[in-house]
Amino acid sequence: MKRRLFTLHIPVLLIVLFAIAPYIWMFISSITPEKDLDKEVRYFPRHPTTENYVEIFSKINFASNIRDSLIVAASTMLIGLGISVSASYSFSRFRFRGRNYLLIQFLIINMFPIVLLLIPLFVIMRVLHLLDTYFALIIAYSTFTIPFSTWMMTSFFNAIPRELDESALVDGCTMFGAMVRVTIPIAMPGIAATGIYIFITAWNEFLYAAILTGRTVKTIPVALQNLIGEYEIAWGLLTAGGVVSAIPVIVLFFFVQKQLVSGMTSGAVKA
Amino acid sequence: MSELKTNRLFPYALISPAIVVTVVIIFIPIIQTSVMSLFNYVIWKPKDNKFVGFSNYMKAFRDPVFWISIKNTLIWIIGTVFLQLILGFITALLLNQQFWWRGIARSLILIPWVTPSVITALMWRWMYDGNSGVINDLLVRMGILKEYFPWLANTSTALPAIMVALMWQGFPFFAIMILAGLQAIPRTLYEAAEVDGATSLQKFTRITLPMLVPILFTSILLRIIWVANSVDVIYVMTGGGPGYATHTLPVYSFIRAYKALDFGYASTLAILLTILLVIFVAFYVVKVLHSREEF
Repeated sequence: MKRRLFTLHIPVLLIVLFAIAPYIWMFISSITPEKDLDKEVRYFPRHPTTENYVEIFSKINFASNIRDSLIVAASTMLIGLGISVSASYSFSRFRFRGRNYLLIQFLIINMFPIVLLLIPLFVIMRVLHLLDTYFALIIAYSTFTIPFSTWMMTSFFNAIPRELDESALVDGCTMFGAMVRVTIPIAMPGIAATGIYIFITAWNEFLYAAILTGRTVKTIPVALQNLIGEYEIAWGLLTAGGVVSAIPVIVLFFFVQKQLVSGMTSGAVKA
Repeated sequence: MSELKTNRLFPYALISPAIVVTVVIIFIPIIQTSVMSLFNYVIWKPKDNKFVGFSNYMKAFRDPVFWISIKNTLIWIIGTVFLQLILGFITALLLNQQFWWRGIARSLILIPWVTPSVITALMWRWMYDGNSGVINDLLVRMGILKEYFPWLANTSTALPAIMVALMWQGFPFFAIMILAGLQAIPRTLYEAAEVDGATSLQKFTRITLPMLVPILFTSILLRIIWVANSVDVIYVMTGGGPGYATHTLPVYSFIRAYKALDFGYASTLAILLTILLVIFVAFYVVKVLHSREEF
């Protein structure tokens, strides 16, 4: 037992601390008054305060940033799921000409550098007068969410026995009916996990949001980055904004952790 | 599935939306990038826009910042993936043992992985701060440093400092992948080895490592691509500075496009990055396959 303390419990504890320490520090800073922050490092703020939290909502209109992020992330999720559920069902259930070629193509798309797409998408959005709209971001985010979620959900569908679809057909279902009434309901946990994953990546995204939007539509990451001034940085506001925007992501993630981890690893373990 | 063959078009019908969308929003734009890389294309100087052939590429090869960025990109990829892999591997080995708080530990360790890049960058930038950064404070208290050090403002420490931040964000990915790999190894292998009197070290090098090769291969590959393309953490932490100390190729391309609106040259850099990445990945794949054959 004593040996396990030094070879197991303490090392794990140290790694866990490393993982959450930045959050603890961000939280401590966020409840410290701005003027105390650059004086000295204090682990227990002398005058804990909520002023930073009040200020991000009153001063920089953080509520509208949250709204923009919500709209973009939710729409990206719905469109991404709508398109990739049917595609991944098809990849999983049918053996058709060009299947392998297309499946590999979806994997390769995941490799393309963002900067490769960023520039032309800006030019296209500019020509179509879509800059600074929700639509621009939803399209841009689909470039990475659709290939990824197609790939991930194919592995979720593969885990469901094909005999289920077959018996539905024998019972008189149409092919579409078998998909919608039998397989998709069973795959729902996996679909939900993928949906939340899309939501999280869209919520977190910064580069496209910085280039394609930023004036009327301003998502949280861009709003936070804008708080970094040339000479001075309002760390109290920034850390408060960081806490507010990271919490929903972490909470959502905890709900789907198991599904997501098994979806990501099952493909790789078999490979 | 013989019944399903009755409608041969059904699978294509299900896939076509995804195909159409990827062609329109991915393949056409990529072609556009390649075309733009052959043009002089600065968005606020529309009169100067013209076809210039490969002169943007020539310009890149003569551009000292381009070569600095290449060097930094290689250091960045190899260093960051290595750091993430080592810490992820150790974490996975620890979490593969039974103990009562394993579930909680695993959940908490995954937190960095879902942290938005901008928040990762801001947290670490704040912790590295030269005036009131907590890292300086801790190091001074422990007696490792005499006085506060501006980690991100120094040309030799800026890139390694960001690599540590990215190690934090990326090691959980390796941890869960390797953990899944460990749990897939049949116990009977270890039992048989024990019967034959194998030591723990032998069990590790003869069973664990070889069994993990496929999953290590895939996850390192995915990470190389992801790390190579990541711009946001570097951009928010240092903006590519001080000087060009943290310019990687994608950061350089992003800055040319975003700050200078020089889309022609930025496209050229993006294309060169893609080519470099393909070469790097191909090299990695060939190297691993080759060494596995010998094995």
